[in-house]
Amino acid sequence: MANMAQAIRLALHYAEENLGVTDVFGEDVGPPLGGVFTATQGLRTAWNSPLDERGIVGMATGIAFTGHVAVAEIQFCDYIFNALDLLKLAGNTCWTSAGAFHLPMVVMTPVGSGIHGSIYHSHSIESLLTRLSGWKIVIPSTPIDAYGLMLAAVEDGNPVFFLPPKALLRVKGAEKIPGEPEDSRELHARIDAPLGDRTRWSPRWPEVQRYVVPLGKAKRLREGRTATVVTYGRLAPVCLNAAGELAAEGLSFDLFDLRSLVPLDWEAIVASVGRTGRLLVVNEDTAVTNFGEHVIRGVIDRAFGELTAAPVLLSGADVPGIGMAWPLEAASVPQLPDVVAAMRAIAAAPSREAGGIFSPPMRLPRYR
Amino acid sequence: MDAALELRIHGLMVQARVLEDQLIAMVHGGDGYFWIGGPGEEAFNVPLGLLVQKGEGPSFDYLHFSYRSSATLLAMGAAPIDTLRQMRATATDPYTGGRNFANHYARREWNVLPVTSAVAVQYSQSIGTAHVQKREGGTGITIVNGGDAGAAEGDFATCLVWSSRPGAELPILILVMNNHWGISTESRTQWPMTDISSRAGAFGIRHARIDGNDVAASWAAIESAMDYVRHERRPFCLQADVSRLHGHSSSTGGALVDERDCLKEFEAKLITEGKLSREDAAAIWEKHRAALRADLEIVRGEPLPDPATIHDYTFWGRKEQGT
Repeated sequence: MANMAQAIRLALHYAEENLGVTDVFGEDVGPPLGGVFTATQGLRTAWNSPLDERGIVGMATGIAFTGHVAVAEIQFCDYIFNALDLLKLAGNTCWTSAGAFHLPMVVMTPVGSGIHGSIYHSHSIESLLTRLSGWKIVIPSTPIDAYGLMLAAVEDGNPVFFLPPKALLRVKGAEKIPGEPEDSRELHARIDAPLGDRTRWSPRWPEVQRYVVPLGKAKRLREGRTATVVTYGRLAPVCLNAAGELAAEGLSFDLFDLRSLVPLDWEAIVASVGRTGRLLVVNEDTAVTNFGEHVIRGVIDRAFGELTAAPVLLSGADVPGIGMAWPLEAASVPQLPDVVAAMRAIAAAPSREAGGIFSPPMRLPRYR
Repeated sequence: MDAALELRIHGLMVQARVLEDQLIAMVHGGDGYFWIGGPGEEAFNVPLGLLVQKGEGPSFDYLHFSYRSSATLLAMGAAPIDTLRQMRATATDPYTGGRNFANHYARREWNVLPVTSAVAVQYSQSIGTAHVQKREGGTGITIVNGGDAGAAEGDFATCLVWSSRPGAELPILILVMNNHWGISTESRTQWPMTDISSRAGAFGIRHARIDGNDVAASWAAIESAMDYVRHERRPFCLQADVSRLHGHSSSTGGALVDERDCLKEFEAKLITEGKLSREDAAAIWEKHRAALRADLEIVRGEPLPDPATIHDYTFWGRKEQGT
């Protein structure tokens, strides 16, 4: 099976051949490197840009003004901050021009921790990006979803952030992309550039097919009655493992990988809370004004009467960065034991009917 | 430049000036909240509008304007009443539907890209339209227009870097309208150089500095620079020294200041050369003033946007879609 970097590459290949993508670009995106995570190796339309994030976003916007479709990469989301006003403009262009202009563009930027990336290669940025109205935001946790979400992003016609978790880019999936070779060694031989001289190398693309994950549709990873768990990105497989671990204790979790933060699948979340009465949101972004707070607020707005215990957010700590030393990183973003503890806590929380005030026996992040 | 063209330019300059005067009066009279515009740039901006290859798509010129480009838009054929609509923020404002300041245009069928208050960002966006035009061929070019103060932003450097990549030079006419001010701060207190366009020289970009208060010099420089960009498919940086006749915006009062007035100079030249009589000149001014007075009465009767429309166009493809 393809890993996520290969899946993105296959999606972009499909998109440049079939969906009108004209430019895949950014720092080190073109040959010889093909992206620091290899997600753009061998693509016909890939090219290297100056090391200038504002220029990258501006270029993508300008290309989109003409109706051409660009996929621009900011190498790590940690370096996107100097382009924020250009991103804001891309988001408000359709609204500001009363629909006269819309921008078919995708900005891909790897997010999150888990690669020992220290302060400037470990950011989570999705909560901040959700403040940029007019953008759609997707974050895959599996190669097949990365493939399907990228095609959906390209086809959407609006600016879309595509946020692959850094820690998952090398992880192979369990589901085959339509048209992907059966043997992952064959896929590797066909589309992974060799080390060393690549001047004579070109990929032998498999005949991948159209496969789209609709924006705004969460994926139910596990069914359960104990509590609803909503997560995405790097922590989706962690939550899946935690739920598996706790099944032995008789706990069953209704687990959702959001995949798309904007638009958000309220229908699935609210329906699940209606079944379980309990909600745990898990992500690794910093604690203050975390996107999980929005999810909880939305559930309270829509289904307060269904909640039998206070909803809980397990997030990253409220710290300026993620430290290099592993104990610092582990203390800054949720790890498997933290997720297991949070799931146990939401399961054990006293219900409103029992008159209990929720005080979970778990490590919650300190925040301002 | 023949007399007929000069008279046409003069008429458009008067129309643009009267429009800006009307916009300022609307703010003072309660028909609008905020004015920012370009009185003092007409000698350059009108020729620019007349020389634009107007249309939709990469075969035509893309225009990344600033909010001082009203005279260019009028020269391209825009109706003054639409700017009044934008000032009053009516539902009929064709540029933004009542959502943005006056002189913040967006017009798809003429490749006029949305003007924003965020200074100089258009320099970063312009490289994208030019990139597509380079790939598509033809004679369409990208024209980006900013000011001397905004050229301090990184976006100006971005435009110079990306438009001059070896082997991937872009067909952009990079304009710097040097009015010598950034709101209340004089440029000479912030810039060591008087010719900002000379920065382009370091990138191998052809550049020139002209007197933007001079119609003939502006026409010749724009025509020459456009011809180079259109046919060589390479960038050109042109700085025009202009005036800012009513200050930065209504935030600084919008009163007339003592700077060179390109329209007075041009009109006096035409009269001296016998191409225009004083009576005819006065009649032109009054014709445009009367037309705008009538337009304003129409606009005053038009509705403001329906508050139920605030979510419209947040996303393309459907009217409302949120989180």
